[in-house]
Amino acid sequence: MSATTAGDAPVAKAPRVETPFRRFVSEFFESKIATGALVVFSVIVLVAIFAPLISPQNPYDLAQLDIMDGRLEPGSRNGADTMTYWLGTDDQGRDMLSGIMYGLRISLIVGAGSAIAAALVGASLGMLAAYAGGRTDTVIMRLVDLQLSFPTILSALMILAFLGKGIMNVVLALIVVEWAYYARTVRGTALVERRREYIEAAQCLALPTRRIIFRHLLPNCMPPLIVVGTIQIARAIALEATLSFLGLGVPITEPSLGLLIANGYEYMLSGKYWISFYPGIALLVTIVSINLVGDHLRDVLNPRLKK
Amino acid sequence: MSATVEAPVAFARGADAEKLIEVVGVSRRFAKRLDFAGKIAAKLGAPLRDEVVHAVDKVDLTIRRGEVVGLVGESGCGKSTLGRMVAGIMPPSDGAILWKGQDRTGLHGKEARAAMLQAQMIFQDPMSSLNPRLKVAEIIGEAPLFHGLTTRAGFSAYVDEQMRRAGLDPAFKARYPHQFSGGQRQRIGIARALAVQPEFLVCDESVAALDVSIQAQVLNLFMRLRQELNLTYLFISHDLGVVEHLSDRVVIMYLGRVVEEAPTETVFARANHPYTQSLLSAVPKIEARKKAFATVKGEIPSPLNPPAGCHFHPRCPHAFDRCRVEIPALQEVAPGHRSRCHLNDLPNHGGQPV
Ligand SMILES: Nc1ncnc2c1ncn2[C@@H]1O[C@H](COP(=O)(O)OP(=O)(O)OP(=O)(O)O)[C@@H](O)[C@H]1O
Ligand code: SF4
Ligand SMILES: [Mg+2]
Repeated sequence: MSATTAGDAPVAKAPRVETPFRRFVSEFFESKIATGALVVFSVIVLVAIFAPLISPQNPYDLAQLDIMDGRLEPGSRNGADTMTYWLGTDDQGRDMLSGIMYGLRISLIVGAGSAIAAALVGASLGMLAAYAGGRTDTVIMRLVDLQLSFPTILSALMILAFLGKGIMNVVLALIVVEWAYYARTVRGTALVERRREYIEAAQCLALPTRRIIFRHLLPNCMPPLIVVGTIQIARAIALEATLSFLGLGVPITEPSLGLLIANGYEYMLSGKYWISFYPGIALLVTIVSINLVGDHLRDVLNPRLKK
Repeated sequence: MSATVEAPVAFARGADAEKLIEVVGVSRRFAKRLDFAGKIAAKLGAPLRDEVVHAVDKVDLTIRRGEVVGLVGESGCGKSTLGRMVAGIMPPSDGAILWKGQDRTGLHGKEARAAMLQAQMIFQDPMSSLNPRLKVAEIIGEAPLFHGLTTRAGFSAYVDEQMRRAGLDPAFKARYPHQFSGGQRQRIGIARALAVQPEFLVCDESVAALDVSIQAQVLNLFMRLRQELNLTYLFISHDLGVVEHLSDRVVIMYLGRVVEEAPTETVFARANHPYTQSLLSAVPKIEARKKAFATVKGEIPSPLNPPAGCHFHPRCPHAFDRCRVEIPALQEVAPGHRSRCHLNDLPNHGGQPV
């Protein structure tokens, strides 16, 4: 034995404890574009959260709106000369800047809320399909196929036509149309991961199935789920905007970005571009920044794409 | 490599030792069922059927306490499937696997778990066999803590001991698998298995993914642990050369069936089965192990559609008519030496093919 003890000794290699999380964070911030997008998105989130504190006006309080101030150009003073409409007003005299801040709130709540709920539903069903297999798998995946074969906007419109308007109903419709993406992603990953030997090792160590799924399988299925989740938040926000634009989304008294755009649409050609334009820019910047973060997350979290 | 691997030390084992594992007529089939469209097509007359792979076909095998049994065969012959069944993580389709004379499938709860822990596996890929999201201490210590082999208070010391025994520095226990080399990762896998105090290890190609120099170190570790802990091994490899230096007994598989079984020296000195002989002629001494199987003539037939009679007949230089229709039986050609070949029934054969 003595002849080989030297070879048996472990060789010191890595200089410090590098957790997978730390490695992920440092890799994420290597990209300037993604870092910038994350900063922009964080600002948007902060603005949305603190909208009631920082917005010049409460755009949902009809008592604060003055119809006489309707369709004022950006930079105009209000009738009472107490404030400036930096981004103009819409046809009801609503300050566009305040409207956008509150609209972002609705968009983000709807987007994130539906994405998280859809992720919970979809991921559980996907995990169940992968682990149970057989008939359960077939039934779940047929449902997924069915859901994905319908145009998203069409299913959402049908659901809203049935349920009626309202933020909760929009969230519900979005969950129904989006869960399938999560289910498909999680099932695919889980099928690959569960064939890995660390799962067999855990079975051999007589750990209970529940523990194997939640402590070993699920954490290793998270990266694609996070990527899909990010992209789906952006999709949900766009979808909510579309539904509101079509008049099936949020109520008219509490306009989201999509409804603000719709309200200004008829004035576009008469030169009053700002009513649609600025909410449109806000929507665009939000969606693009989320997508940029999501794309980069995919690159960082997917080991196969790494050089 | 062979120069530095220590020869197995003689133990109180062999015919008199306790039977640890008995594999009795075990088969494992994998069915690839037709999907809905396929079923309709089949109804309409398309030549489609449910496809069945006989990964393991009526295997009998006894492993006694203290033995190291080498299981050798080409890719896809069912070695891993047999190993998984022996380790208890895959149920057989047919037959029984007895652990100390008892069938583990009848056990429940605590007893079933205790029985599971007695047999552990060491895997081929040292990276994918470790959960990348857990620290080494968690990887090694999770199961013993869960099963009450250690306590929260004693956890750290327990993990340290397991790491030291596998030749790892306990100072590294807060690290993650990706921060180790291949050989070290394999040691983590070994420490994890030993942490639940098993009596029996199934090593499935456990050194195949490692550099040749590291292979020798890990093989030496296996042999040292065998002495220290009186372990029994089923050592799976596609490489007769690796098995030669470790095993007391060698079992050769071909397309799901055991074709020859004998003490290691006998296999290397007087192989009976033509397949074993061609494997042996393909084993180069020491170097160029990678080519080991390139010289067994002919393609491996598809396990979905194995040849009738003796599975080996399309590649066998001695094949004759009977081989194409009748499955040869696994019969004793000398004490402790069994082979599955019709040549042994020919008169004046003397155990060697003509
Ligand atoms: N879970 C499974 N589902 C379907 N078929 C399987 C499964 N596991 C193994 N098989 C099939 O069973 C046969 C034997 O596979 P097995 O992995 O046991 O072979 P092996 O001897 O370990 O090969 P290798 O040297 O490549 O590891 C192969 O044809 C394989 O395709
Ligand atoms: S039974 Fe026939 S084909 Fe099979 S190994 Fe023996 S001689 Fe060759
Ligand atoms: Mg294998």
